[in-house]
Amino acid sequence: MYKDNMLKKIVSAPYYLWAAIFVVVPLAVVIYYAFTNSSGDFTLDYIKTLGNYRYIFLRSIWYGFLATVISLVIAYPLAYIMANSSASVQRITMMLVMLPMWMNFLIRTYSWMTILEDTGIINSLLQRLGLSPVHMINTSGAVILGMVYNYLPYMILPLYTVMSKMDRSLIEAAEDLGAGKFTVLSKVILPLSLPGIASGFTMVFVPSVSTFYISKKLGGGTFAMIGDVIEMQFQTSYNYNLGATLSLVLMVLIILCMAVMNRFTDDDNGGIPA
Amino acid sequence: MNKKTSPLSKIYMVLIFLFLYAPIFVLVLYSFNASSSTNVFTGFSLKWYQALLKDTESVKALYNTLILAVASSLIATVMGTAAAVGIDALKNKYVKSGVMTVTNIPMMNPEIVTGISMMLLFVFVGKLLNITNVLGFWTMLIAHVTFNLPYVILSVMPKLRQLDRHLPEAAMDLGCTPAKSFFKVVMPSIMPGIVSGMIMAFTLSLDDFVISYFTTGPSFQTLPIRIFSMTKKRVKPDMYALSSIIFLAVLILLILVNIAQLRSEKKAMKKETVEEV
Amino acid sequence: MKKLVSVLAASVIAAVCVSFSAFAFDNEEYYDVPELKGTTLNVYNWGEYISDEEDEEYYMFDVNSAFEELTGIKINYTNFASNEDLYAKLKSGGSSYDIIIPSDYMISRFIAEGLIQKIDMNNIPNYKNVSDKYRGLYYDENEEYSVPYCVNTVGLIYNKTMVDEKPTSWSVLWDPKYAGKILMFDNPRDSFAVSQKLLGQSFNTNDLTEWRLAADELIAQKPLLQGYVMDEVYNKMESGEAALAPYYAGDFVCMQEINPDLDFVYPKEGVNRFVDAVCIPSNTQNVRAAEMYINFLLDPEVALANAYATGYETPNKVVFEMEEYADMANNKYLYPDEEINTEYFYDLDDATRNAMNTLWNEVKANGDNSKALYIAYAVTGALIAAFLIYKAAVKKYRESFYDA
Repeated sequence: MYKDNMLKKIVSAPYYLWAAIFVVVPLAVVIYYAFTNSSGDFTLDYIKTLGNYRYIFLRSIWYGFLATVISLVIAYPLAYIMANSSASVQRITMMLVMLPMWMNFLIRTYSWMTILEDTGIINSLLQRLGLSPVHMINTSGAVILGMVYNYLPYMILPLYTVMSKMDRSLIEAAEDLGAGKFTVLSKVILPLSLPGIASGFTMVFVPSVSTFYISKKLGGGTFAMIGDVIEMQFQTSYNYNLGATLSLVLMVLIILCMAVMNRFTDDDNGGIPA
Repeated sequence: MNKKTSPLSKIYMVLIFLFLYAPIFVLVLYSFNASSSTNVFTGFSLKWYQALLKDTESVKALYNTLILAVASSLIATVMGTAAAVGIDALKNKYVKSGVMTVTNIPMMNPEIVTGISMMLLFVFVGKLLNITNVLGFWTMLIAHVTFNLPYVILSVMPKLRQLDRHLPEAAMDLGCTPAKSFFKVVMPSIMPGIVSGMIMAFTLSLDDFVISYFTTGPSFQTLPIRIFSMTKKRVKPDMYALSSIIFLAVLILLILVNIAQLRSEKKAMKKETVEEV
Repeated sequence: MKKLVSVLAASVIAAVCVSFSAFAFDNEEYYDVPELKGTTLNVYNWGEYISDEEDEEYYMFDVNSAFEELTGIKINYTNFASNEDLYAKLKSGGSSYDIIIPSDYMISRFIAEGLIQKIDMNNIPNYKNVSDKYRGLYYDENEEYSVPYCVNTVGLIYNKTMVDEKPTSWSVLWDPKYAGKILMFDNPRDSFAVSQKLLGQSFNTNDLTEWRLAADELIAQKPLLQGYVMDEVYNKMESGEAALAPYYAGDFVCMQEINPDLDFVYPKEGVNRFVDAVCIPSNTQNVRAAEMYINFLLDPEVALANAYATGYETPNKVVFEMEEYADMANNKYLYPDEEINTEYFYDLDDATRNAMNTLWNEVKANGDNSKALYIAYAVTGALIAAFLIYKAAVKKYRESFYDA
């Protein structure tokens, strides 16, 4: 028994080393940059300017939250339907969910522009049907749609995994005991799928909040998100210190949001069950 | 297996897949455009497919992307599975949650922060060792492995938790070495977690652009980087043509895998019925 | 997966095999340097900024493959998205490039910071092809550091069917009549350039109050904008999605081929003219090969192909005289008859650059500071709190049974 545990420690050692060098050290670098100026002296100047970005932070988190909730609402029934389908349908639908992710995300976002524009595919169709056009591109709705589109598979996959493993006899038992459809859903299925919701939430929320390409292309650059501002510091302004400060704050805010979310799901370590 | 999908459910599924595939239909359509626009369709032509054949840089970039995705997901899977086994065996609750927190960091961290911070680290090390071109395939591989690891670990961990602890112990009691008991007993039952972690890692690596952008150098360019840098000039439909080909290739691959699975299942079923008779 | 890879490998080989037709380059023996064969040259250029496919109609061919074929030197070709991007990459010091193609003002900064090295023009016989007009420009007065690659001018693209009369001034971009149909550059320097000229300023002013005024103009313009764009400008102008956009003349020519309703003017207040030039970074590994590459880019055949591929004016006087270049030389948008009021970007000093970036942050962050967001947060917060309290209450209620 002792030997076995030793062995387990040894095989996981490379990972600990790896995580220390490539996760912890870079994080320390970010913190270092956040509290120094360009000549390397300690400063709080960048922290003090954070107030200017208050609204952008709020907006990014709000959009990310909306995108995540919408993804959850869309994905939940789909995952349920998938999990209750025949084996071949399950396989095919899983394949269909994964397939878009294997194509370049920049290109897919690009083609959403073609669909959503005032002269785009949807509006041309509407016009042909004699309906009045709807302005969609460069709105907050388009940005959120872009997030939902890009990250929906990351919500579907963990939900589906949890639901396909669910013990069907529990549902049958509840039904036998006289529970209605709604009661079964809220008292049995929903609690059992909480771990899936938790990991789906993380996997959609984090990239949505920090995205910058989507807001650029579908928001027309007029809806600056925090990801845009951070990217600008590193790629246009060459202001690594401000960029690092903003990143640090973003990280802290995301961790706070996750902590609140964990209160809902009470997952023991916030991981993705697969 | 007599599960039937209700018509309403079918409609719902169709709608969602329509949503997921709408932009893909559009890009396939525009890959056949006669002009160089990705927005105004002027006529049918195959010229972008021909152009693609001659666009050695893009094809090379795709090749690089695939190499990187395969290599990083394999390394992350091996290291991550081993790590999950070790973490699962940790007794101290605080150490365990500390390790899990560190594991979660690359997932919680905005990609751009991960990318930049790793670049700063690599450059620093490069200066220490006096290498001027430290950024390239290897730094990119390290970065990809790093952000792939948590996905592997977090999909293997739950499988380990579900595992009956007594099974490997029983195997060892019956004379298995710890290694043998792992490969014969533990591994088969956590296999689904390993596979889904690996697929996830591969997918993420294939599509990653932000982290790659910061950690790559002159010797290695992936497709997303190439596409992103087309900012002064347009994104030409040959990129759409390339995406369409990838789509078709992956589709065919997945269909073949499915058919193979179906066949083996049918065989198994037949065998069963024969045995019953 | 294996199959996919081998299919790809096969297509790479096929692509390499078909791409050479016979081209005659000047002084081919110059490229025959045995000790460089098998070495590698790292070229870092803008995306889609070189002739990389064969198109006989436009005299185009794959320039990099031709160079590899000719010299036996292997090219690593990668792309950057902006001058600032290039600066960040070079400054970070993590990579070594042998050839970079920055714009004028960035070349000044590279020289000032010692990031690029002097080029020995004696090793580049084709340097004689560079037009006198583009020699010794302000950023490199002694012709030591750079060799011009492309030249172009910013102007105003508009859609004749959507704009009532031919605009003559940048002020049309502030006209509420065209609200929602106006595009702007998505980078600080080019966007500020428009509002600076509108205000009659120089692009290169060090006066921070002038920059402040220019930023205020951009903030005032923001509600009228459809978006800040770069490459998307092609699609949005071609499809008639937007009516007005500042962009480069050479790119306009390509857009007009797809949408003939588009037209182009050089606003009277003045426009930015830029030169993108080839440089060799200080930490290069392969100077000789870099010089050969620069020489190759100056070869008339190559420069002609690149001129058509980019659509920008060539600084190569031999090409300019070529019959094949007539299509471009006669283009009144690229080579207007009347004098246009142009100014180059100069590198800004640190204080001004920082001020510009801060102001640009402000411009991008501005707008839509409605109270709705705060209300949304308050409501969501209240709902979350209510739910958590409810959950705690239920738990307690349940526990009360166990206690009993």
